[in-house]
Amino acid sequence: MSPAAALFMPDAPLRLVGGRAKGDGRIVFPHPGTDDFEAVALSPTGTLWSYTIQRFRPKTPPYAGPEEFTPWALGYVDLPGEVIVQARLVNVAFADIRIGMPLALTKVALDAAADDPLWLPAFAPLEQAA
Amino acid sequence: MSAAVCIVGIGIHPFGRTPGLSGLEQGVYAVRAALGDAGVDWADIQFAYGGSDAAGNPDSMVSHLGLTGVQFINVRNGCATGGSALFSAQMAIRSGEFELGLALGFDKHPRGAFNALPAEYNLPEWYGAAGYMVTTQFFAAKIMRYMHLHGISCRTLGLVAEKAFANGAHAPHAWRREPVALDAILDAPMVSDPFTKFMFCSPGEGAVALVLASERKARELGATPIRLAAATMRTRPPGSFEVFAPSIATGGGTATATRLASAAAFESAGIGPDDIAVAQLQDTEAGAEIMHMAENGFCADGEQEAWLADGRTRIDGTLPINTDGGCLACGEPIGASGLRQVYENVVQLRGAGGGRQVPGTPRTAYSHVYGAPGVSAVTILQK
Repeated sequence: MSPAAALFMPDAPLRLVGGRAKGDGRIVFPHPGTDDFEAVALSPTGTLWSYTIQRFRPKTPPYAGPEEFTPWALGYVDLPGEVIVQARLVNVAFADIRIGMPLALTKVALDAAADDPLWLPAFAPLEQAA
Repeated sequence: MSAAVCIVGIGIHPFGRTPGLSGLEQGVYAVRAALGDAGVDWADIQFAYGGSDAAGNPDSMVSHLGLTGVQFINVRNGCATGGSALFSAQMAIRSGEFELGLALGFDKHPRGAFNALPAEYNLPEWYGAAGYMVTTQFFAAKIMRYMHLHGISCRTLGLVAEKAFANGAHAPHAWRREPVALDAILDAPMVSDPFTKFMFCSPGEGAVALVLASERKARELGATPIRLAAATMRTRPPGSFEVFAPSIATGGGTATATRLASAAAFESAGIGPDDIAVAQLQDTEAGAEIMHMAENGFCADGEQEAWLADGRTRIDGTLPINTDGGCLACGEPIGASGLRQVYENVVQLRGAGGGRQVPGTPRTAYSHVYGAPGVSAVTILQK
């Protein structure tokens, strides 16, 4: 994967890589990996824009998560003035999820048991984030 | 505007599961039914636009129908496949090139959710691996925000599904023909919050064919003229929130392909939402029907709560919506789904809806489809 198409900035602290269009300045996520977008580190905090709970195992392919399925929460997180990004919601009970709640960036392994897991962008309630 | 285009024949193969027939064979069944309804022969057909997303090349049905040398163009345009076939067919007549032709669509999807792959949608592989190529997630997240902003309750979602199954019970072509009680809908297992399993449609099978004619040809055939007053198809505008969206523009989420297609259709027909007597709106889940009521201009955001409580979208309401049970009761064979809506509208305008007939002889009917990756198609029919 080319650096421009990575999900996370290469160095700490943890930040997502967005793409800022060289033409009109709009920001998208992930970085499309093309020359007309420059890489920008996105805000590590935001608020929950919307969400749902994935309660059944998605079809494989393309889903590459563990065979044994545990429901997970999926959110759209508004990074103020930048862009609204799709990410997993972690460290929060499903019943406690509220639109508008403050969130902070973290990451979650798609398959925690894998030797070299795919790390996905995730957000956790602001006060609980590492 | 140039010469009017009329729908002079309709045919449908029942939706659901038909293990013995391929999608294409169901398409042939629908074409023969439509030809019979119009009182014309296959040899009279000058052109066809045929749509299928996952069930093969529509033009290969000439081996069943007859090798007349007919011009036959295949259409594959996601959830707007049927609408695109119909748009193209009406243009062929409006242009003066032809006088009599077909728009048809069929599909046959395997059980379970659609199995989209990221590369087909210009998305990175990780997006599929993460489990995000699931259409239900999008519809759930979209209605979750809409409910938050506009005060729509879970009970209202349940009322949409209850109405769909009640209407489907009266539609011979529907897949689900048993009414389901509101409590059973609301108490069913959650699939993708806030939707329970009764609030989603399933990919399925089915076929629809429409015979289109110029106004002159329609008169010659002696058909009750049902005019296609508008057929539009649009793609997504900036800032929209669509299926398979890793990000949304800040402040976005309200502009939609539906709003564009709807506005263009009303402008083309020269009428407004208040003039529509019956509507078929894309209802792949209960929330879509709610949001599409507003996106198509029939009510303001949030008014759906009162509309559903008052029964305004039921068969006997002020604006009956999804009179054959829509996608919730009929399932969604992609290539046929948009044309099913038009089929149902013709049935309603003819007054042939039986137990689901809208009272008071409707004279205008509206149909709307929406789907990945942000496409929408609208038609308006007038009697």
